[in-house]
Parts: sequence; C-alpha cells; structure tokens
Amino acid sequence: MSRIDARFAALRAEGRKAFVAYVMAGDPDYATSLEIVKGLPAAGVDIIELGMPFTDPMADGPTIQLAGQRALAGGQTLQKTLDMVAEFRKADRETPVVMMGYYNPIYSRGVERFLTEAKAAGIDGLIVVDLPPEEDEELCIPAREAGLNFIRLATPTTDDRRLPKVLQNTSGFVYYVSITGITGAAAAQAAEVAPEVARIKRQTDLPLVVGFGIRTPEAAEAIARVADGAVVGSAIVRMIGEGRPVPEILAFVKGLAEGAHRA
Amino acid sequence: MPEDLINSYTTGPDERGRFGQFGGRFVSETLMPLILELEERYNHARTDPTFWAEMDHLWKHYVGRPSPLYFAERLTAHLGGAKIYMKRDELNHTGAHKINNVLGQIILARRMGKTRIIAETGAGQHGVATATVCAKFGLKCVVYMGAHDVERQAPNVFRMRLLGAEVIPVTSGRGTLKDAMNDALRDWVTNVRDTFYCIGTVAGPHPYPAMVRDFQSIIGREAKAQILEAEGRLPDTIVAAIGGGSNAMGLFHPFLDDKGVRIIGVEAGGKGVDDRMQHCASLTGGRPGVLHGNRTYLLQDADGQILEGYSISAGLDYPGIGPEHAWLHDVGRAQYVAITDAEALEAFQLCCRLEGIIPALEPSHALAHVMKIAPGLPKDHLIVMNMCGRGDKDIFTVARHLGFDMKL
Repeated sequence: MSRIDARFAALRAEGRKAFVAYVMAGDPDYATSLEIVKGLPAAGVDIIELGMPFTDPMADGPTIQLAGQRALAGGQTLQKTLDMVAEFRKADRETPVVMMGYYNPIYSRGVERFLTEAKAAGIDGLIVVDLPPEEDEELCIPAREAGLNFIRLATPTTDDRRLPKVLQNTSGFVYYVSITGITGAAAAQAAEVAPEVARIKRQTDLPLVVGFGIRTPEAAEAIARVADGAVVGSAIVRMIGEGRPVPEILAFVKGLAEGAHRA
Repeated sequence: MPEDLINSYTTGPDERGRFGQFGGRFVSETLMPLILELEERYNHARTDPTFWAEMDHLWKHYVGRPSPLYFAERLTAHLGGAKIYMKRDELNHTGAHKINNVLGQIILARRMGKTRIIAETGAGQHGVATATVCAKFGLKCVVYMGAHDVERQAPNVFRMRLLGAEVIPVTSGRGTLKDAMNDALRDWVTNVRDTFYCIGTVAGPHPYPAMVRDFQSIIGREAKAQILEAEGRLPDTIVAAIGGGSNAMGLFHPFLDDKGVRIIGVEAGGKGVDDRMQHCASLTGGRPGVLHGNRTYLLQDADGQILEGYSISAGLDYPGIGPEHAWLHDVGRAQYVAITDAEALEAFQLCCRLEGIIPALEPSHALAHVMKIAPGLPKDHLIVMNMCGRGDKDIFTVARHLGFDMKL
C-alpha cells in the first residue's frame, strides 16, 4: 500500500475529505519554499502537490507561470526539488508528496534515473500534465514499476468512451479538472462538478479529488462535499507571489483545509 | 514510386504519430480528445476528392499557384558552378508559403463546424495568412504574437488588424514565438467547443506535423514536375531554410524517395552555433526533448528548461524543429547545416542586386548555403532552393543591420 493509499484509507476511516495543496518548489526561493512545505501538514494539508518549475507550462495560468519563473530565477533545479522532498521527509514520514509538472525536465534527466531518485527522496506520486494515456510507456508504466503512483487528470472533455483508457494505468487517486481551461481560471461550480464526479466514479474505485478554480474555504467545502477531496493551487501560490509572510500563507491554507474538512 | 515501401521515407508517421522516436502526442488530457477528433476528420478529408478539389481551386485562384520555378541565371553565373533554380513561393498571395497550409486547415475547420480560429505567429507571416483566409470565409480570428514581435513587426500586426483579426500580444514567459504557442494552447484548452487551432509549422502534436506537411507538399510536387519539364531530370540538390520546418518539409517530402537527390535543410545559426546559444539551430546545437506536443530536437539547458533561440529572422526564431526533420536528420536522409546572420544578410543583398528579388530573411539563409556550395559544384549540377517568402517585411531589420536610416 502506497503512502497515498494509506492516507485515503485513513481519511475514509475518519469520514473526512482530503485537502490537497499545491505549491511550486523553489518559489520564491529554496529556503522559503521548504519552510512553507514543512508547514503544510500542520495546516491541515492531507496531500502535498509540489510543482516542478518549467519554462513552458502550457496548462497553467499566469499565477503558476510566474511562480515557475520565480523559482527558476531563484536557481531551482530538478535536483533541488528532489532535495527539498528528501529534506521534508526527514521530519514527515506520513504526508504523501506528489510531484506535478511537465515531462521535459524528467525526460532530460532520464526516466530511469529520475524514478530511482524520486523514490529515494520519498516522493509518492507523479502528475505529468503533458503525458496522456497514449504516451503511457514513456513514464506512467515505468513509474508504476518503480513503485510510484501515476495520477491521471480527467477533464470535462474526457467522455465515457475515453474514460477507461484514462483510468487504466492510473493509481493513487484520480484528479478531476473541474473546468476546460488553465489553472487559476474560472471558478469551479459544485453543481456542475457533482454529476461529472458521479460519472467517473461509476468506472473506478479510486478516490477522486477535484481541482482548478477553487479559491476559498467555502468553495473547497462545496467541492469536497461532492468528491473525495479538493485541490487548491493558484490561490495559495498567489499569496506566495505577493511576498506574504509564511505564517500568513499557512493560516490561509489552514482556512482552506478547514473548509474542505467541513464537507 | 519506390520499388518497395519498406525502404520508403514517406510512410511516416506511424499510427501513434511517431517518426522513429520523434513526434507523438504530448498534450494535456483536455486537448487529447480534440486532437483525436482532428486526426479522424483529417484522415477522412485527405482521402476525399472534394476536399482536394476545393484546395486546388483556391490554390489556383486565390493563392496564385503554381508558383514558378525560376532559373536564377545571373546568380548562377556569378557563383560559377551549379545551376540554381528558385521555387518562387514568395509570389503567393500574402507573400510566403504559409498560406498553402492555412487554406487546408481552415477548409478542414469549416468542415468540422468550427467558427473561431486561433493561431500563433512569430514574424507575422502565418498570422497574416490565417487572418487573410479567415476574412475570406468570415471566421473569427485570434492571433497570439509575442509582445516583443508585436513591436518589431508592426506592419504585419496592422495587416492582421486590417483583415479583421484580433492580435493578442503575449507577455507570458519571455514574450516570444514559443510563448505565443503556449498561449494559443491555453486558449484552445479553454475554448474547446468552437475553436480550431491553426498551427503554422510542421510541429505540435500529431496529426499537425503530418497534416501541415501534406498541405505544404504542393511546393515539392510542383517543383518536381517543373524541373522535369525544364531539365528533363530531377535536381541533384534541394535546399530550404528551417525554423519549425514547414517550407522545407513541403519541398523535401516529394523527393525523399528519390535517392539521387541530396537534401539540405538550413537552420538559423544566429551569431554562431556555440555555447553562447545565440542561434536557433535545434538540430546542429540542440538535443531531443518534449515541447508543444511533440518530441524533437530542442534548445534546452542541462536541466531540460527550454532556451530562447536567437536569429535575425523572426520566422526562424523557434527553439524546436518539426519531428520529421529530427527523424530525417537521425536516419541521415537529409543533411542539416547552419547559416549565420551575417551570411544570410550577404545573400539577401546579393539576391536583390543579381536577380531583382528581395527575399525574406528566412530563405536568405537557404540562399547563403547555396552560395557556399554552388561554386564547388559542376555546371550541370542542378540545385533547387525554396524562395519561401518575400522580404518586404524585413527591410526595416535589414536597414538597421546595414546602418541605413529609414526615417527619411
């Protein structure tokens, strides 16, 4: 059982929904970013999504694009992102960490080498935006063989005919993208999301979390109510971009987590 | 036709959109169903004679095809070696080869019931071609263009606006062509129902590289028939400039199985292909990676972050290259070389003075390589180079480099 499976099993046992928080590794700099990540579990975050900065994040809106640019300008590399997780793991053996990003930095490092290092650093899963199931043999299948979960995105354009293909090699959980669009864009509507969640759940037993367009504790609560959890990224990243003090950022995260946990 | 298809270079891509290891469909899940639908609809269209009849009609009456194959007599005499022919695609409506492809994609978009067309553009030639065809068919047109390019290509921005297109200056990333492509993809992810993404080169996720190649191959098919008529035989060497590689792929593809024809692609060497990375020579100075939906050679750093290219020619200023070129490079069927800004500028001026043709800076790179090799080749050696665009858009850039004050 992976750390992600264990976390969802525990949440189910407690009758709670998952709160997933996304931050960009190395934003605005390595030390601050590590401090934020270390503070997330105590703020109520059940699963950490750690962005891997990339120069060309084609699925991300301006907020996360800028976070990636800040991180790269601050000297963040894939090695430093791996180091950051290893450092985090020294004190936290339970909270799952999922790396989220784009394929080229991984491909450039070499898939086998990356998977070995990611596993050793204590990473539990991967979300790679530009690897649809049609390209599963690139990374998804090797990742599974290396003992890492490969979490797939399902979207409003993923119809019932295609859904089995998307779910086939997915493990850990399924991430439903609530809108057609980029991160940080239109607000997700629970009423629209609910039937989509039900549609996907008919085809999988995996937990299903919903992300994109969730900014407030109320929205996190509304979305978590109709799914197994809610993901917030841009709203947190925006505060980091504004240079807010770490305690203020973590207090905001805590509010979001409480929202999701009320569901 | 080749005697056996197993040894043909023209069978790609495979059903996964791969040319060898290159190509593929590296896009987000939101776009994947759209790309699969596009592939299905294109496969249907390309075997439909009425689709090609519509293309042929517009190519002839709207674009002005066939473009001439012109014997560059004074240039040939000046260089003193190989006999040089130019495929005159700069004479097309809108002044470049770009419209060959745009027509195909927009006819397809109309068949798919799409009402909104988006495009990325660097120098503005693909944007102008897209705005033009959208105006002709009454379609809404949105063009993404790097903020830096909007500034330096003001005449093309105005042309697009005259043609009714909305030009959106892209400030994300570093505001260049690759960022314009990122923003076009972000638009497409957001507007999945009514929008068709008209990509300007032989790159992007499958089926774009194959589809754009098929539309541009009219260049090579015509050139082949024209050289056979003029000389009674195939050329010995064909040469074209490469940014993303669509004009080159269009010229090369019909000749791939003609084993006696040497094929040379010319990349933008900028200030020189070295560690400073001030060039756009993805094959000469890059390595394989994944960007914009396909695996190909890319300019990137040791950590897989994409680097900005540099070239005097905005149309070659892209850190990647079409995946079929990457494959042709690796299997050795085509040779790829780099030409610097300075060499291209020299060829630009020579072409103006000797042939009365003001070439775009893109084909000036191809011409510069012709100038290098022609003198050493025998007089019966036939070279066909692709004059893929005219230089009106470039006169300001050239004037600046030559120290000429345009403010009269």
